[in-house]
Amino acid sequence: MLVAVACVALALLAAPASAQRFGAESFTLGNGMQVVVVPNHRVPAVVQMVWYKIGAADDPLGKSGIAHFLEHLMFKGTAANPPGAFTSSIARNGGRDNAFTTQDYTAYHETIARDRLDLVMRLEADRMTGLVLDDKVVLPERDVVLEERRMRIDNEPASLLAEQLRATLFLHHPYRNPTIGWVNEIRLLGTEDALASYRKWYAPNNAILVIAGDVDSAEVGPLAERYFGPIPPQSLPARVRVEEPPHYAAARLEMKSARAAQPQWNRSYLAPSYRAGEAAQAYPLQVLAEILGGGAGSRLYMTLVLDRGLALSAGAHYSPSTIDLAIFGLNATPKPGVSVADLEAAIDGELRRLVRDGVDPDELRRAKERMQAASVYARDSLSGPPNIIGAALSIGQRLDEVEAWPDRIGAVTAPEVDNAARSILVERNSATGVLLPEPTS
Amino acid sequence: MHKSVGLALLLLLWASGAGAMTIERVTSPGGIEAWLIEDHTLPVVSIRFAFPGGAALDPPGKGGLAAMTMSLLDEGAGPYDTAAFKTRLEDLAVDVRFTAGRDEIGGSLRSLKANLSEAAGLLRAALTSPRFEPAAIERVRGEFVASLSQQAHSPHALSDRLWMRDAFEDHPYGENVNGTQTSVSAITREDLVGFAGQRLRRAGLVIGAVGDVNADDLAALIDQVFGGLPAGGGEPPVAETKPAENGGVLITRRPVPQSAVTFGQIGPKRDDPDWYAARLVNDVLGGGGFRGRLMQEIRVKRGLAYGVSTDLVSFRHAGVILGSVATENARVAQSIALIRAEWRRMRDEGPSEAELDLAKDFLVGSFPLTLDTSARVASALVEIQLENLGIDYLDRRAALFGAVTLDQAKRVAHTLLDPDRLSFAVVGDPADLTPTRIVPDPGL
Repeated sequence: MLVAVACVALALLAAPASAQRFGAESFTLGNGMQVVVVPNHRVPAVVQMVWYKIGAADDPLGKSGIAHFLEHLMFKGTAANPPGAFTSSIARNGGRDNAFTTQDYTAYHETIARDRLDLVMRLEADRMTGLVLDDKVVLPERDVVLEERRMRIDNEPASLLAEQLRATLFLHHPYRNPTIGWVNEIRLLGTEDALASYRKWYAPNNAILVIAGDVDSAEVGPLAERYFGPIPPQSLPARVRVEEPPHYAAARLEMKSARAAQPQWNRSYLAPSYRAGEAAQAYPLQVLAEILGGGAGSRLYMTLVLDRGLALSAGAHYSPSTIDLAIFGLNATPKPGVSVADLEAAIDGELRRLVRDGVDPDELRRAKERMQAASVYARDSLSGPPNIIGAALSIGQRLDEVEAWPDRIGAVTAPEVDNAARSILVERNSATGVLLPEPTS
Repeated sequence: MHKSVGLALLLLLWASGAGAMTIERVTSPGGIEAWLIEDHTLPVVSIRFAFPGGAALDPPGKGGLAAMTMSLLDEGAGPYDTAAFKTRLEDLAVDVRFTAGRDEIGGSLRSLKANLSEAAGLLRAALTSPRFEPAAIERVRGEFVASLSQQAHSPHALSDRLWMRDAFEDHPYGENVNGTQTSVSAITREDLVGFAGQRLRRAGLVIGAVGDVNADDLAALIDQVFGGLPAGGGEPPVAETKPAENGGVLITRRPVPQSAVTFGQIGPKRDDPDWYAARLVNDVLGGGGFRGRLMQEIRVKRGLAYGVSTDLVSFRHAGVILGSVATENARVAQSIALIRAEWRRMRDEGPSEAELDLAKDFLVGSFPLTLDTSARVASALVEIQLENLGIDYLDRRAALFGAVTLDQAKRVAHTLLDPDRLSFAVVGDPADLTPTRIVPDPGL
């Protein structure tokens, strides 16, 4: 066992992962648009991502879902590229394109052969200001979003409960609203709502261009200047988000559904992010999530699934990549015959043990090594690095922070993890959701 | 060790700064063959492998045997119990997975180069000395039952199940790969041990490796991992078959807001000379993105679904063209009518020249871009071997699509597609949709 451990340590030392994880380069155009280039010469291809600093948490009151709806509508064409031309000209050149929306940002991306980079840059630059919308294309797309909502959420009891749980965890902050929007509000979204949001937020000085692949900044620079450079910046409104007030009572939701296959247990705690709360805890909390519920070697899996046979699955998750407060989450599925109450009591026992005794140095070291290895694996992909970098910059992190992630994880100490655990695993800052199957009559 | 460079394929998509890469055919001292693409840009190695014979060979009443056996291989092996084995993999940051399909079983390994030898030792133990401890068997059985119960509540999993069972009523392809809650409950430890002993054999084994390993080291490694497996093979034959095509609409009623629909009919097998033409016709009809006619008619023009697509699904002994869509109950009949109408139009008129050209450009140009991780490239190496496409396939692929003429595509569309034999399986509470049969829950 000792020999093996020494091997792992050597492997990680040998991995060129430290100061420059991705070797990304960054510069800013005259109009304020940030450009990041992530060289990756394994495949003669590029990924372009344009990230707008506007997300669902910026949706105006009563217009939940408008950021996501606008993302759909961005494929509806411009004067220069009529409906359908965007995607078909990318497909004709062997490329793929898509987009996604989160609470904090909206991102558009294309993957294409390296020698077609100028095509996708021209297309993205064109739709940054040239979008043309009318009811004829907007209204059917609203139905598409409603079908998307039915598929992802309304047809899935666990997703419905997760949505309600989020709205319970955040008492006031807009993270309480689903990114796709509440169904009653999606139904009322219209062309003018989308255009208003578009005019307000889609501007080069509110966007980040990330290009990854078989290119370098000497090549990307002039192209970015040529296509995005001429777009004038505009004055941006402040992103006003209400602050989450202190919590005084834990929340608990129980949902019974005939469509649920088996009981499920979830708990979310309010937690700091890279940008909010005790931001220094963001790194120790990532290590904590790995130790507590990162995989088959984690405390929750080992104890609840393997040792005590109480659960079919158990895990923890935490992502600090949000502008405002993050969620530290736990989940478990009880083994048939085990009550949710017994499962929950066992999880609470594990949490108490953690808060009381802290983590042990060996499990801390092993968790950090796994995470650093994952960081090497992250480079074995064309789209992984630009996703990681774009998300970080979109929430206001600096590129050097992203590059230093493995070192920052490596520097986390046991007392830091223990302190972070003690400060976030607080009952009044939690919301617990229980999904129970209901026999059909 | 004997090593031959198979046709020195210029793999342009994996061109490193040091020059173009080749697929090497590596034969180990023990006589096991693997295909390798060396790439030393990262200290990572990915290996994929497959054995012939999958869930289609599960004995009657023991559906899920292949899948459950594979799931148990990393639950304790050699000197390690479950916890020790999993902890060991985690500490080495090694990813080992095992899978079962209808026609093959297989797995994958991903490791940092420095840990590769130990990773290989763990994989060897999993393949040659899995422990099948009773506690692990019961736990994994519990996971299967829970997951099947989950699928039994998922409209799309159910509509797929319903369609496959109806299309392949008297053939093992009609059974679920993971079995049913009843069948996995009937599987014994003897079944699992027997399956591993009979099916994990060297004959027919195919291997693809990509990354920071050279041919000599790979040759030694594959002997280390697979050399302990018994030689021979000879899995029992699976009957050739075709899906039933009754043009029906089956409905299983479920109280969900949106109906899930699976639809399809007979398609070409992978070795059919018309496969390339059919693949192009499929892309024009049901291609993803916004290319496909179905996507235009159903999503873009009418907002009837978030997505609708069709695919050629090539089993070893049957071919299917299979699609799916999900629409709210009140309007799902409209989606189905549109799909049938587009099926008819494509049968009668075929693709236009512009559509065919677009499909060619997309299928040729986009393929290399999907091979951006070592694991995906290793999977492609395994697929190419399983389908007997030849070590130069990646070189020839563009020409194979390019050679399809408009006349050929129209002929294939005409013979392949038959709107009156296109069958639908619907799970939900659809309005205004007349079923040819209301069927009970297909059971999972």
